[in-house]
Amino acid sequence: MTGARCERFSLGEGSTGGFVVTAAVDIKGVTKRFDDVYAVDDIDLSIADGEFFAMLGPSGCGKTTTLRMIAGLEFPTMGSLKIFGEEVGTLPPNKRPVNTVFQNYALFPHMSVLDNVSFGLRMNKVDKTTAAKKAHELIELVQLSGMEKRRPSQLSGGQQQRVALARALVNEPKVLLLDEPLGALDLKLRQEMQGELKSLQRELGVSFVFVTHDQEEALTMADRIAVMHNGKLLQVGTPEDIYERPANRFVADFIGQTNLLDAVVEDDDMIILENGTRLMAPNPLPPGTKVAMSLRPEAVDIGPRGTVPAEHQKTSLEGVVESMTYLGHALDYTVKIGWIDLEVRADAVHAEQRFQPGDEVAVWWDRTSDWVVAD
Amino acid sequence: MTATLEPEASIDADVATPEFEAAREQQKRRQGLFMALPAYLYLFVFFVIPLVIVIVYSFATRTRFGTELSGWNIDSYRRLGDPLVRDILLRSTTLAVITTLICLLLAYPFAYYMSTRSEKTRNLMLVFVMIPFWTNFLVRNYAWRVILGSDGPYSRLSEAIGFGEGRLLFTNVAVILGLVYGFLPFMILPLYAAIERIDGRLLEASRDLYASGFQSFRHVLLPLSMPGVVAGSILVFVPSLGAYVTPAILGGAKTTLLGSYIVTQFLSARDWPFGAALSFVLMAVMLTSTIVYFRKGGRTL
Repeated sequence: MTGARCERFSLGEGSTGGFVVTAAVDIKGVTKRFDDVYAVDDIDLSIADGEFFAMLGPSGCGKTTTLRMIAGLEFPTMGSLKIFGEEVGTLPPNKRPVNTVFQNYALFPHMSVLDNVSFGLRMNKVDKTTAAKKAHELIELVQLSGMEKRRPSQLSGGQQQRVALARALVNEPKVLLLDEPLGALDLKLRQEMQGELKSLQRELGVSFVFVTHDQEEALTMADRIAVMHNGKLLQVGTPEDIYERPANRFVADFIGQTNLLDAVVEDDDMIILENGTRLMAPNPLPPGTKVAMSLRPEAVDIGPRGTVPAEHQKTSLEGVVESMTYLGHALDYTVKIGWIDLEVRADAVHAEQRFQPGDEVAVWWDRTSDWVVAD
Repeated sequence: MTATLEPEASIDADVATPEFEAAREQQKRRQGLFMALPAYLYLFVFFVIPLVIVIVYSFATRTRFGTELSGWNIDSYRRLGDPLVRDILLRSTTLAVITTLICLLLAYPFAYYMSTRSEKTRNLMLVFVMIPFWTNFLVRNYAWRVILGSDGPYSRLSEAIGFGEGRLLFTNVAVILGLVYGFLPFMILPLYAAIERIDGRLLEASRDLYASGFQSFRHVLLPLSMPGVVAGSILVFVPSLGAYVTPAILGGAKTTLLGSYIVTQFLSARDWPFGAALSFVLMAVMLTSTIVYFRKGGRTL
């Protein structure tokens, strides 16, 4: 158990196991500096062939710059960037086997849908009839048949998105790059397109690398996620890794909702909270290390005082309900535990008892659902 | 205006009627009319009326003592076909076309460069483009005369290099140099405005879609900046075609252009009807080309 958990403290590509085959994109020690600002700071990243890979982080974290470097729209200040084993760090974008779906699509406003989609082929000197035929195929694939003659301005946001997708995919790129592809769509359309993108990627078997600031989008769509912050790569892993075993405080806080309790390591099984409470939290860190314990609201159970099951005695706290929010399918409690507020989400259907503000309660959780991150 | 705020008016205001809406619509259509009126009047008095006079004169008869406003005819327009007049029209048009092309070739890269700079550099460059306007146009043309004159910097330089005493003044080349110099800003500004408005990501997208730098220019930048190209070309071609000052100062006597030919008709030849006909045709050509441009989806300059 402890051994397996150790793994999470190592950053970077190693944590998910190496790929023996040539990586679709291989980034080593890449840094991008704009004047004095390190937009991307010495990152290592390997993206496998056929993978749906998400780059996630708040705006300004360097995810878009990384994507643009893969596309060739930005050149690294330092480091090696390989696409299928070939060094491309200084190649212009038209010499790279990748295509991009731009944020807000960047469709050519003076061209029809057909001309937009066949643009890459025409630039590549593919003869006209073949280009038109392939473009029609792609337009059909993204379900826009019959709209070939329209201008981008005559299309809805979702349709424009599909044109952008077809325009990139028609060139059969080895890697498709997507920069916040769904950012401009409304919620319902976005969810629909998430599913479509995912199935399209499976169908084509091409690596998709997509940049997003929406953690939910990354969790639902990606095979693996890279979390970036301030130009640094904080963690690379599967959605489960990232959500359940965040590498540090930032990742835990950024991905989903969580309670972070400051603590100090006592030994490899116990931590001590600020008020002296000892809690069971297996960890591989040396005693005395300052840590935070991440506890997801939905992982916490709530009940009257004294009803804590025996096996959860050492993973429980007592407090007073401060507020309750009714969400329909769930109940959100804020429970005051002395010095800190704890968010607890209870299932509305299966809850045996509902609590009101002022009720004295106990909260407990599974010893496997808490997670200790170094500060 | 304040009358509508009086109590009796506001009592009626609580029920909307079609008449009320119609009145509102009419009010909206007339919005700002009074403020535009002075400019309208000015243009009417000093542009429309003289224009009408020009048109009237172009159909008049020339007599020994001046112009007689009777015996209306179209003789003046017939004379446009004379070999001499045709030569002048052709020469003027050629010079104007060459001037426009040179301006376009010089201004486009400059405007593109300018639009890709930081805002601070951009504004500074715009100021530099406008600086020549701060000096009188006539003075600037005479400055060229000094530069190109027989003892000026140009001939000294060409002598020093060993090309012999180059002589440019009073040639068509000098006229073109002067016209390009004078009208280049009129090409740069609309081009800059058009290029600056283009989303830079479109160029990135074209590069991403395998276009080389030139293809990117040819298929994306140029078509999207076409409104600027057309606007700039009109702004340079039109005044070049009718230019008077520059050809008069830098051009030779042998190479009469349309502008000076018209002046000659009015001042020396005393042939007002013919001068008026020439002016009117020149203006009609310019007006037509401008209208064609705006009809063909041209946007604001």
